[in-house]
Formats: sequence, structure tokens, C-alpha cells
Amino acid sequence: MDASFFMNVTSAGLLTGLVYGLMALGLSVIFGVMRVVNFAHGDMMVVAMYAAFLMFTKLGVEPVMALPVVAGGLFVLGYLLQRFLINRFLGVTEHIQFLLLLSIAIIITNAMLMVFGPDARNIQLEASFESYSVGPLILDKVRVIAAFTAGGVAALLWAFFRYTTTGTAIRACADNPIGARVVGLNVEQLYAITFGIGTACVGAAGCLLLLLVDVHPHLSSDYTLLGFIIVILGGLGSLGGALLGGILVGLSEALSGALIAPSLKSMFSFGLLILVLLLRPQGILGKKP
Amino acid sequence: MIGSLNFSDQSTRLLLGLLILLMLAPLMAGDYMLSIMITVLLQAYLGMSWNVMMGFAGQFSLGHALYVGLGAYASGALFVHFGTPPWLGAVAGMGVSVAFASMIGALGFRFKVMGVYFALLTIAFAEFTRVLFDHWGWVGASSGLFLPVSNRSHDDIWLLRGSASMFYYVILAMVAGGFLFSRALLRRRIGFYWQAIRENEDAADALGIDVFRLKMIAVIISAAMTSLGGMFIAFFNNNLYPESIFSMHRSIELILGTIIGGIGTLFGPILGAVVLTALGEGLTILGEKIGIDGIKQIAYGACMMAILILKPGGLWPWLRHRLGLDGGAK
Amino acid sequence: MSDNAINPSALTRRQFTATAAVGAVAASVGLPARSARAATPLKLGVLLPRSGHLALIGQACQRGAEIGLPMLKDLGYSVELMNADTESNPDVGRTQAEKLIREGANMLMGCFDSATTLAVAGVAEQKGVPFVVNIGAEPKITEQGFKYVFRNFPSAGMLGKGGLLLYKDMFAASGVTPKTAVLLHINDSFGMGMLGGINALMPKLDLPFTIVETIAYDPKARDLSIEVAKAKAAKADFVMTVTRLNDAILLVREMVKQQMDTMGITSPGSPGMYDKQFLKALGKYADFCSVNIPWFDPKQDMATALSKTFEKAFPDESCDLNVGFTFEAVLIAADAHKRAGSNDPQVLTEALRATNIEKRVMLGGPIKFEANGQNMNLRSAVVQNLNGRPTVVLPAESAEAKLVFPAPAFKSRT
Repeated sequence: MDASFFMNVTSAGLLTGLVYGLMALGLSVIFGVMRVVNFAHGDMMVVAMYAAFLMFTKLGVEPVMALPVVAGGLFVLGYLLQRFLINRFLGVTEHIQFLLLLSIAIIITNAMLMVFGPDARNIQLEASFESYSVGPLILDKVRVIAAFTAGGVAALLWAFFRYTTTGTAIRACADNPIGARVVGLNVEQLYAITFGIGTACVGAAGCLLLLLVDVHPHLSSDYTLLGFIIVILGGLGSLGGALLGGILVGLSEALSGALIAPSLKSMFSFGLLILVLLLRPQGILGKKP
Repeated sequence: MIGSLNFSDQSTRLLLGLLILLMLAPLMAGDYMLSIMITVLLQAYLGMSWNVMMGFAGQFSLGHALYVGLGAYASGALFVHFGTPPWLGAVAGMGVSVAFASMIGALGFRFKVMGVYFALLTIAFAEFTRVLFDHWGWVGASSGLFLPVSNRSHDDIWLLRGSASMFYYVILAMVAGGFLFSRALLRRRIGFYWQAIRENEDAADALGIDVFRLKMIAVIISAAMTSLGGMFIAFFNNNLYPESIFSMHRSIELILGTIIGGIGTLFGPILGAVVLTALGEGLTILGEKIGIDGIKQIAYGACMMAILILKPGGLWPWLRHRLGLDGGAK
Repeated sequence: MSDNAINPSALTRRQFTATAAVGAVAASVGLPARSARAATPLKLGVLLPRSGHLALIGQACQRGAEIGLPMLKDLGYSVELMNADTESNPDVGRTQAEKLIREGANMLMGCFDSATTLAVAGVAEQKGVPFVVNIGAEPKITEQGFKYVFRNFPSAGMLGKGGLLLYKDMFAASGVTPKTAVLLHINDSFGMGMLGGINALMPKLDLPFTIVETIAYDPKARDLSIEVAKAKAAKADFVMTVTRLNDAILLVREMVKQQMDTMGITSPGSPGMYDKQFLKALGKYADFCSVNIPWFDPKQDMATALSKTFEKAFPDESCDLNVGFTFEAVLIAADAHKRAGSNDPQVLTEALRATNIEKRVMLGGPIKFEANGQNMNLRSAVVQNLNGRPTVVLPAESAEAKLVFPAPAFKSRT
């Protein structure tokens, strides 16, 4: 085990972590604003992965190019879902919300199963087998592309919440929904937009993950769980926290896999989660509740 | 209402009738029907166990597969390695489960991990343990633990080896016991305290209720009951894999019936188990008729959603009202 | 035959399933019914994971069960399939088995995954209905003392031994003998079973190489870059893998990316690398990967006929061992039924015990069952992907082409 081995492992973990972070951003935004835990998160991402898969195989559009279209499509899906279904369940207790989203998840997974079958699908780009060599470091080309795009999308999102009127209004809603209503904001509309933004993030992440991972319908629950670990690590509702959490999970998976046993690596993610929940339940970058 | 001792005549008759019907069932039902009924009762039992924690005390656990797995593995491994009778093994399993539950509860409640966060904490512990068992050689690691199968000529309740009808009566007794125990809990002072905590924890605390202790009791009782169910699964299935026994899928399956049937009610877990199993079997038959694999699950999800939209409080409170039992059975 | 029909297990059964099994008990003891039923086709209950996480393989097996039916009819067999989906869940498998028996299945067949197979075996044993296992490597299936279970598939131990011994033949055929290997295996029931077999056999079989590093990975792994980096760091001469399908694709793709060139990527006996999906996903990089596994015997007429029919009906699917062994399971069932001349489960069980089928599709001697229900006449072949097609390269008498070892470097492939 030499230094170059560790550098390779660390850089791979870092790059994958950024994509994980983008995926978790969607979950974080939705929870931060309306306190809904989206248990159909992974399923929505699988939908996005299949959409990107179809765009590539039928139309020849590469996932990075397909990203705006897929994200847009998922925005509409999320918007409608919130407007016509989830909105009715905003006030109710957590377990009912959980079950509602679970039933959505069951329907999505099995619909995917019927349409695409259980096989793992993947796409073959020119770059799929290529890598950059920087000295002793071997960087996987698609991983680099995916990570940088993820970073870009996250920056756009940050700018949106920071500098646009709608973004500011959504932040106001998150801080004080009653106050937001008092000053005349259309809270329902903003909630639906927020849910749409959350699902659009997942859509973008799905496109990028398709570069790294093969898609099959049963992927969803793993990613839902992974998303939760990441946002809780970083702090629910915090954008930077989600990215940080993603990178932490990416790194911990990589390093524990390299140092101990690869098959134990998911245990370390859960261990990290337990630790953070107990020591800093609001997450590393989260605000005190 | 909950604590009232005068169980209205109608509901007592209903209960007794149901029990007699269930006692006689093996004489009438075929083996297929019997195995479906075992599935229903097992789900009802596990749902009841979860209900103590969630329905009575309002603590949301999504990791109950942890206790199922611990109970199953403790009794199974002791039986395989030392020939320990399952009922003694179950006591060991309960002990381990209670230890885990105390740890999770104490950590969670002390550090004020609540609601969804607490649910995620329970998932994390269950998954953590799953991976741990995947690597623990003494219990077979990921290749699984196998209980010796032998064709016994008679039913041995002490060693839990025997026919399907024996398992049926065992699980029926467990459901009946769980039901009576839950009812007793609800009618005692502790039941009222739990309800107060469930409705408003801060208010309960202000009233001088020892919230921490009472929540711990709920978690411990629930874990012990669940692990007994795990022992049943181990001896009924004869093989255990960490992958399936600790899976999040099992945790979710375990709570579905109770939520559909009605959280916090006594009959909810039973009704929910019956409805979901009937739905599942009915949809299997329908799916075979239509000839598309997988349509069953979609319909299952859609039915679940419909129940949630139409009857968010669960089916039992509604049915109870329709049957005119509102005064009595909770 | 009538002595066989009234055996002790029939009596014990009567004691404890006094209620429902009246029909079954009557059938096992009742002689008059037999001659009347002799002409009716065998009702074979087929239990396969057609949905759930094993759906892909379950559906492949199902195709294997159905594709051969016209062929079997031409050979004078009379069998009718009763299909049930186990949903990749042992509990569902158990209830479906009971349902099939209630609906009149005379024999059961399935279930691909070992956990479900064991659950169904319990039901079969209790009901006294014979059960033919198409695929399932868990040793316990034939070590539990079941009387009604017959398996025409190697146990993990047999699979590992057959696979490991073939390495000697590979090195002899190529004239190149590597010294070190790195073993990557999936950490699930199957992978651990194989690992146990390999670790136990390596010292006994006197193989010329040593395993310098063993790397286990999670069946749920989404990305195997770390695992491959670790394997690369071990600097072994060649790679041994124990995989399923998706992880096999991930592994080899990652090896290409990390430019991990070795003498070859081999497997002592696991699915994945011969699958059409693998070949399609990796293209030229799939070539030269080899698996030592029970395979079609290219020299058997029935095998060529089956694969021709299959490729015509399902041009996009692979005609692999899932298809072959499931077909053979139906063949075994139909053959026992023909010889028994009866649909009585007891008589069928006796007929299964006396099975001796020489004309088959998979490599190995005639299909016969030992007292524990295991067929020992199964043989592994070295199947290497050459020009995008899994090709038998060893044993020499069945070979369709010559083994290529060491494999050319990834970069040099065009």
C-alpha cells in the first residue's frame, strides 16, 4: 500500500462525494422548507436515471447535456405531486407522511420494474473507459466530469436562493411560514416550487450518477437511505451541509474500504450517522432547532 | 374511555367469537390457508409490539427489524450451538434486545433526538447491526444460520419442532397474549401517561410525569415483545440471513399493518394485518389473471395511498364506529 | 411398488396433518387411483423468483422451463407447468408451494435462490411431494436429510472443487503458470459459501499459485473503484472473482479504467461473466474473461437443439446455464413421470430416485441421484469469452476453441 494508492482512493471518494452531495441537496431543500421527509427520494432519482438513459439510447444525448431537460421534467413532476397530493398531508403526523411517500415509492419502483425490467442498464460513452493520469494519480474521466457538473449545479442553486425574489421568499417561508402568509406570500405556490426544486436536484444528480453507476429499479431504497445519512451529517436544510455530508460519506466509504474491509464500508456511514445524531443532532453545519 | 373496565357486552362477544373461530380454524382450513393465517398472525403480533412504542407512547421507530433479528439470532444460534430450547433462547434474545433498546432509547432521549431524527437513529442501528452480523462467523455471517430440520412424528412445543398447526397455535397464543397485555397496559396509569406524552411531551413534563423513564419503558417492552416474534420466525423458517432479517424492508412491512389498521388502537394491528394480507393475496390472483408480473405491487401501493387519503386515522376507528362499538373496545 | 407407497413418513404425516392433507394421504396410500391417472400429464409446480430482486434470473429460468416443452412432447413426455412467482422472498415461496400442492401439483421444481429452495423443501418434505431443484448451490439443501428433494446442480463445495481443479488444466494448456492471485468476492450467502470451499480446498489440491489477497465487497456496492484499487495494489499475476452479474460488470469496467492488466480475469465458478448483459456492457473488454462452471455440452445433440430453439425464440437473451439446468429439471421430472406411469407423489419420488438419464444438455455423466438426492455427475468447463461469445475451451474433448492465456492488455485491444 503506497502513497499513490491512497491518493487515488481519496480522490475517487472526494469526486463521488460531490455527486452524492448534489443528490442529498434535493432532500435537504424539501425538508428545510416544509418539514416533509421525502421517502420517495431514491425512487425519483431512479426515474431521472432512466430518463437520462432513454435520452442517450434513443436520441444520442449525453447525460450532461440531457441534464437540464431531465431536471426540468422532474421539476414539473415534483411541483404537481406537491400541489395535488402532498400538500394535503402537510399538517399530519410524521408516520402518515412517511407512509404516503412510501406508497409513492412503491408505485414508482414497480412501474419502473414493469417498463424497464429488472436488468441493470448502463450507457457506454467514449469516455467510459478513459482516465486522466496526473503523475501517479489516475483520475477517472467521467467521475471528474460528474463531480464538476454537480458542483456547478449546487452553485446555481445557492445563487437562486441568495439572489432571486422567489428564492428569498422560499427562505422566508422556511423561517416563518405564518409570517410569510401574513405578508401576503402565496405559501402553497412556494411550497410546490420548492418541492419541484428538490426533485429537480435529484434529477440532475440522477443524470450524473448514470455516468458512474448502472441503473436498476431496486437501486432506489439504497439511495434514499444514503441521502438521509448525508443530509443529517451535514445538517438538514443547509445547502453547504449537504455537500459537505456528501463528501464526508464519499471519503469515509473510500477510506474505510481501503483500510479495513470494503464490505464493511456501509457500516462506517451508519456509524458516522449515529455519532453525529448523538453529538450534534442538528448536523455539522445545521442551525440549532 | 380507554381505561373503562366495563367492556360492552357486544364487543366481548365479538372477541370471544373471533377467538373460538380462530381456534377451530386448523380443522377447516387447508395447509395453504393455514400458512396464510400464520403470516397474518405473525404480522399482527409484530405490529402490536411496535404499537406499544409508537401507538401508545408516540415514539417513531423505523428499525424494529433490529429486535426481530436479535431475537431470531439469539434463540437460533443458541439452539444450533448448544441445543438450548427456543423458549429459553427467547429469554436471552429479549435480554439482548432490551439492552440494545435501552442503549438506543437512552442515547436518543438524553440527547433529545426526536421524531424523524429518532426514526433515522433506529434505522441506523438496525443497518449497522445487519452489516455486523454479515461478518460474524459464529452465527454464519452472510452465508446464513440454519436450524436442523428433522421430521418429527409428534409436535414438540418445548423445542418448537413440528407441524404447521402447532406453529399456528403458538402464534395465535402469542397474539392473544399480546392483545391482553396491550389492553392491560392501556388501562393502567402508565397508559394514560403514555398518551399524555404522545399528545404533548412538554405538557406531560410540566405536569410532573417522568417522561424519560416512561419512554424508556415503552421502548423496552416493545423491543422485548418484538424479539419474541423474532424467535418464532427463526424456528418457523429454519434459516436466517442478516440480509433479510435485519432489512429495512422488514421494518417497514412490520409497521404497515398497524398504520393501516389504526395506530394506538388494540384491534388496529390485527385488522391491518388481515387487510394487507388479503389485499396481497387477492392481488396475486388478479396479477396471475392479467398475466403481468409486478402489477400486484403497483396496485398494493395505490391501495395504500387510497386508505391514507380516505382514512388517515386507520381502518379500525372507522369500522368500530360502523359496528357501533364506540363505547367499548379501543 | 406398493411397499414403497406405504412408508413410515406417510403414517407420521397422517398423525399431524389430520385436517387438510386427507387428499394427499389418501393418494399416497390409495392404490386404485393410480392406474386411472396414469395417462394424465404430470402437473409440475414451477416456483421461480420472477419478480423482486432476483427477477432477472428467475425470468431466465422460466424461459428455460417453457422453451423445452415442445421438444419434450416430441420425445413422448407429458408434462404441464403450474407457474408461481416467489417474488424473491422465501415466505412467499413457502405459501406458493402450499398453494400449488393444494391446486394439485404432483411435483415441485425451483427455486434458484437457496433460501427459498430450503423453505420450499420444508413444505415438500412435510407434504411428501417430490421437489426437483433446478439451481441452488447451498450445501444444506442436500445435507439436511430431506427425503423428497433432488438436486441436479453442484453444491458450493463441488462447484469450487471442480472450478479450482480446472486451473491446473488451464495452465497446462497455455504453458504459463502464474504464481499469485488476488481473489475478489461478493459478501453474500453464495460468495461466502464459495470462499469457504476455496479456502478449504486450496491446500489440498496442490495448486501452483497462492492467493495473496482476498477482498470481500458488499452485494449492494454501487461502485467498486476502491475494491479494484486495493486489488491492483496487491500486484498479483491474475484475478479470481466470485461475482453475480451487476458487480461483475462494475469490477471489470473499473479494472479497465484503472488499467489493471493481469494475465487474466477468471472465476472458479460464479455467474456474471458469461451473461449476455456482461458481454453487451463491456464489448471488447469482456473478451478473455473466463469462468469455470457447469455448462452446455456442445457435443450433446439435445444441447444444440435447445440452444437453437432458444436463440430463435429469444434473440436478445442469453442461453446460459440458468436455461440449461431449468430445462434439465423439467426433463428429470417428466422422465420420472413417464417411468412411474403415475401421478402419485410417492411413486414419483421412487421413480426420481431411480433416475438415469444419459441424453442431457449439460456437461457430465448420466443424471443419477445419490441417497441424499444429490447428482454427483456434474462437470465444470472453462468457458472463455472469445469474440463476444462464451466459448467452451476446456476440457479438451468438448472444446470449441483454444484457451487464450495470458490475456492481451486492455489498451492493445481493438
